[in-house]
Amino acid sequence: MAEELRRTGLYDLHVAQGARMVPFAGWEMPVQYPMGVMAEHLHTRDKAGLFDVSHMGQVLVHPLDGDLDSAGAALETVIAAAVLGLPEGRQRYGLFTNERGGILDDLMFANRGDHYLLVVNAACAEQDIAILQGLSGVKVTPVTDRGLIALQGPKAAEVLARLLPAAAEMRFMDSRSLDWNGVDLWLSRSGYTGEDGFEISVPNDCLAAFAQALLDHDEVAPIGLGARDSLRLEAGMPLYGHDMTGDVTPAAAGLGWAISKARRADGAREGGFPGAATVLAELADGVSHTRRGLRPEGRAPIREGVQIFAEAEGGAPIGDVSSGSFGPSVGGPIAMARIPVDLADGATVFAELRGKRMPVTVTALPFITPSYKR
Amino acid sequence: MLKYTVDHEWLRAEGDEIVVGITKHASEQLGDVVFIELPEEGREVEAEEEVVVIESVKAASDITAPVAGVITAVNSDLADNPGNVNDDPMAAWFFRIKPASLDVLDSFMDEAAYGELIG
Repeated sequence: MAEELRRTGLYDLHVAQGARMVPFAGWEMPVQYPMGVMAEHLHTRDKAGLFDVSHMGQVLVHPLDGDLDSAGAALETVIAAAVLGLPEGRQRYGLFTNERGGILDDLMFANRGDHYLLVVNAACAEQDIAILQGLSGVKVTPVTDRGLIALQGPKAAEVLARLLPAAAEMRFMDSRSLDWNGVDLWLSRSGYTGEDGFEISVPNDCLAAFAQALLDHDEVAPIGLGARDSLRLEAGMPLYGHDMTGDVTPAAAGLGWAISKARRADGAREGGFPGAATVLAELADGVSHTRRGLRPEGRAPIREGVQIFAEAEGGAPIGDVSSGSFGPSVGGPIAMARIPVDLADGATVFAELRGKRMPVTVTALPFITPSYKR
Repeated sequence: MLKYTVDHEWLRAEGDEIVVGITKHASEQLGDVVFIELPEEGREVEAEEEVVVIESVKAASDITAPVAGVITAVNSDLADNPGNVNDDPMAAWFFRIKPASLDVLDSFMDEAAYGELIG
């Protein structure tokens, strides 16, 4: 029998909003509301969307010796990003890697003064926590009494400032605590849509009340996982398990930028994470294939697994689609695929769909222009 | 009178042809339809043969021929406006098929039986 699905603190709210609930990474999550994926997507780009991302793993990492750099140094042995040097109140993107240099998960980590707050993918949380618990000199605390809400869109800051005026002062990738009626909220100005917005960690016993306080504003609509996927795809953001896996290195996933100079060859803290030799060699020497955008010429979406060819007939595949769907704001199908780096933007390649090869154009990512408040 | 298939198609007899679309229930399950590929007119098909590709924002699926016959017409307007399937599924017909005999319709569900199927 299947394992029982977990429910977030917003389950009742989702049901009351008419959500269609689906299993996702062991959780029962809203895939869409009566508005529908297309309208939810466009609403987020136009106004503000409220997302329940409570399924994601929140983990605190404290140094045992009270020196945050001890925890930062420990994290740098498992995360291919610069953790040390991240200023207090700032957040950064990182990657857990394996011994082959493949990606085990992607995450956000924030310096919260005396500890780091990590946010990891739901499907990888158990694995990530086990990795972190293997580190010495740190105390690892999975956060089980909080949910996570994302408020995304051009109206997100304006709406949130009505509840939390200080939120408006935050810049992109800032991380801080704010008080809401005596409740300690942990905010970051970030998201997974390409829009300005916030991710807000809320104690479970106040989660529904806080979500409702946001939904009470006309600009805010609840948005499901369906639109979350099309929004992040348009924003050129990779999804773990699809655009990156344990078999895909940072360079091949188009995520080399996440590894800052300090951790690269000849950097102050070169390597020292799993698979570093492979990862750093690829960053220095380049890779043959990496994640690129694709735009089919017709209306037919090309989805994950569709093979890409250089020619309209014959030849071996040059890559396959890792994420693909319809982009509501783009107004047509869009996809990402690992294909040769030497193909120029604008080049035509072919996607084999139902036995026919359809022309698709290699396109720079993202498909839309992000509007972060830097 | 409308008939229904277990694949959530509606069938309407007109003359010696059957007009085929998908039900409201099916369109709701699919979500926003973004792409439709229709068969060629004049194509001879077997029952259960895949004739229409329909893609929503979520997934690709197909529509099969409910009966054997010849595709006599397709609603090419749908290819340009796939969202019509969500807006008015009972008006958004996909194709017309001419079977050897309309008696084949007797084997499909009526509205009451279909209503029971989808609960």
